Amino acid sequence: MTAWTLLIVAMLTGAGFLVGLARARSLRLGGGPVFHSLPAYHGLMLAAATVSASVLAAALAAIALGSASIVMPAIATIAGTAAMAALYPRIAAPFRARNLFERFVLLTLAACSGVAILATIGIVFSVMAESLVFFGEVPVFEFLFGTQWSPTANPPSFGFIPLLTGTLLITAIAMLVAGPLGLLSAIYMAEYAGPGLRGFLKPVLEMLAGIPTVVLGFFAALTVAPLIRGSGQALGFSVASESALAAGLVMGMMIVPLISSLADDIINAVPQSLRDGSYALGATHSETVKRVVLPAALPGIASAFMLAISRAIGETMIVVMAAGLAANLTFNPLAAVTTITVQIATLLVGDQEFDSAKTLSAFALGFVLFLFTLTLNFVALRVVQKYREAYD
Amino acid sequence: MTDPFRKGDPKLIAARYRAERRFRAYGAAALGLTALFLAILIADIAVKAWPAFFEYRAVLKIAVDPARVDAKDPVKGDFEGLVKDAFRAAFPAVTARGDKKKLAGLLSVGAADDLRRLVVADPALVGSEVTAPVLLSADADLYLKGQQTKTARRPGAGTIRIAGMGEGYVLTGDIDGLSPGELVRVNGGALRITAVVAGGLEAEALVRPETLNTATAGQWDVLSFSIAESGRRISDREIVWLESLKDRGAIEESIAWRFFTSGDSREPELAGLKGALVGSLLAVAVALGLSLPLGVAAAIYLEEFAPKNRLTDLIEVNINNLAAVPSIIFGLLGLAVFLNFFGLPRSAALAGGLVLALLVLPTIIIASRAALKAVPPSIAEAALGVGASHQQAVFHHMLPLALPGILTGTILAVARALGETAPLLMIGMVAFIVDIPHNLTDAATVLPVQIFLWSDLPEIAFQSRTAAAIVVLLTVLFCLNAVAIYLRKRFERRW
Repeated sequence: MTAWTLLIVAMLTGAGFLVGLARARSLRLGGGPVFHSLPAYHGLMLAAATVSASVLAAALAAIALGSASIVMPAIATIAGTAAMAALYPRIAAPFRARNLFERFVLLTLAACSGVAILATIGIVFSVMAESLVFFGEVPVFEFLFGTQWSPTANPPSFGFIPLLTGTLLITAIAMLVAGPLGLLSAIYMAEYAGPGLRGFLKPVLEMLAGIPTVVLGFFAALTVAPLIRGSGQALGFSVASESALAAGLVMGMMIVPLISSLADDIINAVPQSLRDGSYALGATHSETVKRVVLPAALPGIASAFMLAISRAIGETMIVVMAAGLAANLTFNPLAAVTTITVQIATLLVGDQEFDSAKTLSAFALGFVLFLFTLTLNFVALRVVQKYREAYD
Repeated sequence: MTDPFRKGDPKLIAARYRAERRFRAYGAAALGLTALFLAILIADIAVKAWPAFFEYRAVLKIAVDPARVDAKDPVKGDFEGLVKDAFRAAFPAVTARGDKKKLAGLLSVGAADDLRRLVVADPALVGSEVTAPVLLSADADLYLKGQQTKTARRPGAGTIRIAGMGEGYVLTGDIDGLSPGELVRVNGGALRITAVVAGGLEAEALVRPETLNTATAGQWDVLSFSIAESGRRISDREIVWLESLKDRGAIEESIAWRFFTSGDSREPELAGLKGALVGSLLAVAVALGLSLPLGVAAAIYLEEFAPKNRLTDLIEVNINNLAAVPSIIFGLLGLAVFLNFFGLPRSAALAGGLVLALLVLPTIIIASRAALKAVPPSIAEAALGVGASHQQAVFHHMLPLALPGILTGTILAVARALGETAPLLMIGMVAFIVDIPHNLTDAATVLPVQIFLWSDLPEIAFQSRTAAAIVVLLTVLFCLNAVAIYLRKRFERRW
């Protein structure tokens, strides 16, 4: 019935437009006072009234009776026709059809921008609601400070600490790779590379940024992890086949473009006069970069790093494919660890019953993850706003 | 630390210039490393993917028996039986039950599909002999691609004499250079050398030779393998059968079109991407159909009409935050709201599309705002000056000029949506789905999720399929990005 209703609404709306247009045109042709609005606006106004009335009626019917009921298309037809009939006699020279229609458009636009808020509210409430149910079964304290994570064991234990250390370990490895690489790349691109080289390097970095993480995960699991395991064993280390190092390294490469593009913009925003002043004092290019440009760009770079960390913490596919499932409380990069996102993904893939603590714990983890990344993003924005040097 | 600006010390100046060069080299090295990583990544995946675009088939002459295939209703014919019989007929020497079973195991489960298609398309073929390709199993396919073992074949040098000894055989003559594990193919049979004994070689028969005649140079050859039988999924006997088919010219290699035209399957040689491609198309269509109008409308409102107040500030902060929320959280939202609250079907492209729509909405809003902002105010002012209303100025004059920028942002958003995996795992798009989805509520999967699913499977044959699926995905994404870059270059305007 939904498809029928949509079809009817579309047809009524089209009809409304044509009827309004024809009516206004014929009245204008008949002579008389000058019309306030163009004929098209009369048509659009009628169409707008029709579509809002019929959609509203259909939505109410669907809520009251379900979308399978025949009432829905019927009531949509009646409401749409009624709205059309009510407005039709008002089509006349003094009718301010354009102003009315523009108000309708403005309301629609405002409602569309409200969807963004709706999405955030949806995230917060849906995740929080399930988390609260979970914390009704498992005490918050036990969740936050427990050192044992085994949701499928009997009895299950939901200690968040091993997941946190695993996430932080992989994030730290990723940042150790991405921080220097990204920053140095940005400095080279902004300070040294000519336009030709820049024109080649930027697309390369954009290409890397555009590679889906599932592809990077495949590469990490099938190429990087065996490589690390092999070379580690050749050197006499015992390396887990799903080591944190492999996932961290590839995740670091994923983040390089993010850091480099953000830092590039920030370095470019440092005014040329600062560099010129430094050169005038006899400093070399690299001394200028290290002692003048970077300190000036520091807040921006710090916020870029924070955004990168938030990205690393929330990254899912690379760790799902290349990191382990066992929640080991360790900081050894050669051991297998698990992360918050891995656990969310594995707990919710497959069939779930919504009353079990196991499924609900994924929402609690999601809530923690959301708070984590939100805080990091918020602080990153604040850092830029607060410590940004105003040079001009 | 010494004063770096001490006057006129040539050593110090040299050191400073060295530091300059070093610093520059670090930057170049960082970029080089990143580019190298990208190159290795793409090369690695391309090399892994290459074999999956080809498949090996046996070409058999098959008599389509009217008793087994009804010309009036050929779809229900016993094509599996026909293909199996024809394949067995190619090896009359194989009679033992176990061997027959193994022989049939060289064929794919879907071996009869091509024959069925031929006959269904032309029922007049019933009763005649048809030359049809017969798909081999994944293991046979992998062997022929050289992925199970490297097989070296060398012609026998000199004469070789065969003598029966109990169940086995003893080889004498010019047997220098032969070692245990190698296969000697002679007199229509195949003998595996098991041990070196005084004056000869002990061998066991994989395929019994028809005679024990002495063979001269050119009448026999030797197969040796880089990986012993215990280390591969195909036995020496199966290799002998495949090699004899190859010698007869009954094996052909062709492009594996079925990789693009069939749905998922448990059998690697039959698994294809069509279901995932259609699923991706449906999900992205839903995502784009929702997020493009919503995003552009929101951008127009925020950029042009919104009053500066707390509420619009809140909306802006919200959009920026939403852009940075991990994608897996959108999956949780989809699960809790779309599936559990609104009761949308699990695994459907509709739910996936909705989640993706929310995911790319901030991207589209931000890109559209930037594009609107780039239109110079003089355009709107000119429109207002000749009596247009604010909305007329925006919709008739600014929006068309901002459209290329919006389009570029939209294409990048589509690329993002196409590559997204994690949130779709949450809403059940990871199910094993053979059928190709026909509408928005059918169970479906998408390309990146298919990659994830295949990468998890233990069969080696799926590894190259996974890489091939990645190649397809990356090709689509690079094309999208190229179009976006082209649009940006073509329509970029400096005012």
